[in-house]
Amino acid sequence: MNGPVDVACPFRGRVFRYGDHVNTDVIFPGRYTYTKSRPEEVAPHALEDLDPTFVERVRPGDVIVAGWNWGCGSSREQAAVCLRYAGVGAVVARSFDRIFYRNALNNGLLAIVCPEAVDALEEGADVEVDLDGSVIRHGGTSFSFSPFSPAVRSMIAAGGLIEQTKRRLAAG
Amino acid sequence: MTGAGRPADTARTFAQKALARASGHESVAVGEIVDARPDIALSHDNTAPIAEIWRQFGQERVSIPERMAVTLDHAVPAPTIRHARNHAEVRAFVAEQGVGHFFEVGRGICHQVLSEEAVVLPGDLILGSDSHTPHFGWLGAFGAGVGRSEMAVIWATGELWLRVPESIRIRLEGALGEWVTTKDVALTLIGDLGADGALYRSVEFEGPAIAGLSLDSRAALVNMMAEMGAKNAYMPPDEEVFRYLAERLLTRPGRRTGRGAEPGEASGEIVARLREGALHPDAGAGYAAEHLLDLSSVQPQVARPHQVDDTVDVGQLESVRVDQAFIGTCTNGRLEDLGEVHRVMSGRRTAPGTRMVIVPASSEVWNEALARGWVADLAAAGAVFGTPGCGPCMGNHLGVLAPGEVCISSANRNFQGRMGDRGSEIYLASPAVVAASAVAGRIVHPREVTE
Repeated sequence: MNGPVDVACPFRGRVFRYGDHVNTDVIFPGRYTYTKSRPEEVAPHALEDLDPTFVERVRPGDVIVAGWNWGCGSSREQAAVCLRYAGVGAVVARSFDRIFYRNALNNGLLAIVCPEAVDALEEGADVEVDLDGSVIRHGGTSFSFSPFSPAVRSMIAAGGLIEQTKRRLAAG
Repeated sequence: MTGAGRPADTARTFAQKALARASGHESVAVGEIVDARPDIALSHDNTAPIAEIWRQFGQERVSIPERMAVTLDHAVPAPTIRHARNHAEVRAFVAEQGVGHFFEVGRGICHQVLSEEAVVLPGDLILGSDSHTPHFGWLGAFGAGVGRSEMAVIWATGELWLRVPESIRIRLEGALGEWVTTKDVALTLIGDLGADGALYRSVEFEGPAIAGLSLDSRAALVNMMAEMGAKNAYMPPDEEVFRYLAERLLTRPGRRTGRGAEPGEASGEIVARLREGALHPDAGAGYAAEHLLDLSSVQPQVARPHQVDDTVDVGQLESVRVDQAFIGTCTNGRLEDLGEVHRVMSGRRTAPGTRMVIVPASSEVWNEALARGWVADLAAAGAVFGTPGCGPCMGNHLGVLAPGEVCISSANRNFQGRMGDRGSEIYLASPAVVAASAVAGRIVHPREVTE
């Protein structure tokens, strides 16, 4: 298992391309959902039913590029956690399922809507993702995405929703 | 009050009204982000891992025990020691924290049980760590799914930020034809609009056809809007819904939340209270899209593997052999669904080589099916029954599929590998089509086996 990459700073990785409507059952199968929850338990099953060789090939900072409605289906948060702890820094898609989108950002996995990047980036392409600059770079090309709100960026900087809530509760 | 400068007389959608109420504002704009306080926070077998997240906050007590509802439903009774340990952790947490609404193994699926128990009422906000939480729109409540971390935050703080969604309006006219159900209506809509046709949106039904739909039928349709990507869905609650809830509130007095009947309260008073609490969109509210569907134009549908929006009229499907037929889930495991199955299968038998698994959505459904003699008839027809709960819907429990097997299912998702091996295939259809296919051994229109 690779472990998570720090997405608050620009990071580099390679592109893994997938299609439309990739659902949470193939990202993290339901047969494990009530017996495996911790990051180190779920990461080895990332994309198991979509691309069984993914976990052997993924390296820290790699980026998934996909089509419409990534993460549809179940609310299971392990779908975001398994990708994050397998080393994925960002999923770049044409659109996201809303629960997956929230789960991803809450766990520090960037969920980036950027159709131009989806059109252009091929399997294996080397990319850099820059959260502060709201840009994805590949060779000499840049793809801008809508900046995340200050609230979302401060949550990511804090280490995700749980860390942020700990601070909030401690501050009273 | 936020929303200063907003005209007070602006027509509003259901979503705007529900989220204004839940966030304590007089009105909220589409796109606004509000801190909403759910009336009910739902979790199920995932309660133990959520508790593990919540304990990181260092609180001794959750902030909203009386608003919490927990069911054990996703893998019941426990199939493995790991599942059993998970259930034991859930029970210990529920006892430790004094969770307001807890339902044991066998009571049924969270969405069905919280409806039957009148835990969720019209106009409520319910957030659930389950993607089918939009289900509660059939009662006129705002239901939305959240993740486990978010549920832990709700337990700790009592609130969660939500964006007020755009709404789409779907007007229903006409009446369902013979052998056509609201499952077919849902699959027709999803086939037309796509599996992301309502992404991030509130799906708000209206129209004269709703009054003619049974309560079970309404629940099935609203439930399936999760498969169109909806944040929530809504059907305007009518007197039938208020009476359903009032009956149940009367027999469940003294709830610690104060949401049950008051001592001495009459059914009519409860109905009046529910009517007053119900929310209806204003005429002239702004919708991102509007659709019209004539129910009489709908035909029995099948969704092919592995996408819910890959739909086709059952009559246009080439011959598909079936290994397993499955009836159940929060979508189509209710009494009306078992009644349709009984209508098709009674006095007939499953085809050689085809097995039939039925998992009622709740103990209430199971008991009523028993009392009506349907269970005996269906067992004689070759069906086997599971404990009320989610069954094999997400591949967790009895009735999972082997490589290469084909299942026709009354559930809501046909994703690759969902019910077992990734080499298996799931077709989705109405309970009547599932039952007919069990008898024929291949996917057929109910007419083919009943005439």
